[in-house]
Amino acid sequence: MTSTAITADAEPVFHLEEEHAHAEGGSTMLGFWLYLMSDCLVFAMLFAAFGVLGGNYAAGPAPKDLFDLGLVAVNTTMLLCSSITYGFAMLTMDKGRVAATQGWLVVTMLFGLGFLSIELYEFAHMIHEGATPQRSAFLSSFFTLVGTHGLHVTFGIVWMVTLMVQVARYGLIEANRRRLMCLSMFWHFLDVVWIGVFTFVYLMGMLR
Amino acid sequence: MSAHDHADHGHLHGGAAHGSLKGYLIGFVLSVILTAIPFWMVMTGAIDNKQATAIIVMAFAVVQIVVHMVFFLHMTPASEGGWSMLALIFTVVLVVIVLSGSLWVMYHLNANMMPGLHEMRQMP
Repeated sequence: MTSTAITADAEPVFHLEEEHAHAEGGSTMLGFWLYLMSDCLVFAMLFAAFGVLGGNYAAGPAPKDLFDLGLVAVNTTMLLCSSITYGFAMLTMDKGRVAATQGWLVVTMLFGLGFLSIELYEFAHMIHEGATPQRSAFLSSFFTLVGTHGLHVTFGIVWMVTLMVQVARYGLIEANRRRLMCLSMFWHFLDVVWIGVFTFVYLMGMLR
Repeated sequence: MSAHDHADHGHLHGGAAHGSLKGYLIGFVLSVILTAIPFWMVMTGAIDNKQATAIIVMAFAVVQIVVHMVFFLHMTPASEGGWSMLALIFTVVLVVIVLSGSLWVMYHLNANMMPGLHEMRQMP
């Protein structure tokens, strides 16, 4: 009792609060989200360019002459399936099952590669028919927009292979979990962009 | 110190929601439906009116983007203390300004330039 009386009478003691310690990588997810938002702006510019120039065929081929919606539907299915399999990879990662996580990552990668090969086949087919990026403003903006998305998917696959090697060597350590979570956001984000692509470029193009 | 670290790690695991199997499956089924209907509408020409089809297809895209945000990207107003939602809203506002602004300005530019262009073509 006396001790409390003494401290009450004594001068107030100020405790300097320690700087709140952040766990390593604690802000990575937010930082990566901000990167995705800036990437979103890049795609918004390309969508705007396509929206403005998409009708300028320069007496060249129009979307109706070029697009095969069946192929685009298969492509969309590929990307959608890769999204859910990546989700399964994240769920198995949460349970710490290395082999299952790797397995789902491989399945995701195969879907991604399937998407890319179909897209490259489509591009090759179009270029073979003379619908090159130089042909018209519509084709320039088309190849820029869809090509940029395809490039993102390519780098996503490179990243995925890198992480599979990392997980194989070091297991599901904290850093690898964080990296897999970033790639998860990247991959699902690409799927969101693809929704915009197949709606604005392909479906609306066929309606023009 | 170590106890504090552990608490932070716990926060990291608990805070970043990865969703559940059920969530992913709901999202997947919804996306499949929301993708299949627009493709079916355009491929079969279910509605004769092109403008109406376009509006419906765009509406489906918007709904599907929201579905992906919620079920795959696990966006909630509370994630990262609200900062990711704030960044998202900011980006959406910019995207809307960029897209609608470009289309609006360039449409009117084209509409005003076209007659001149046609006259030029018909001159020789």
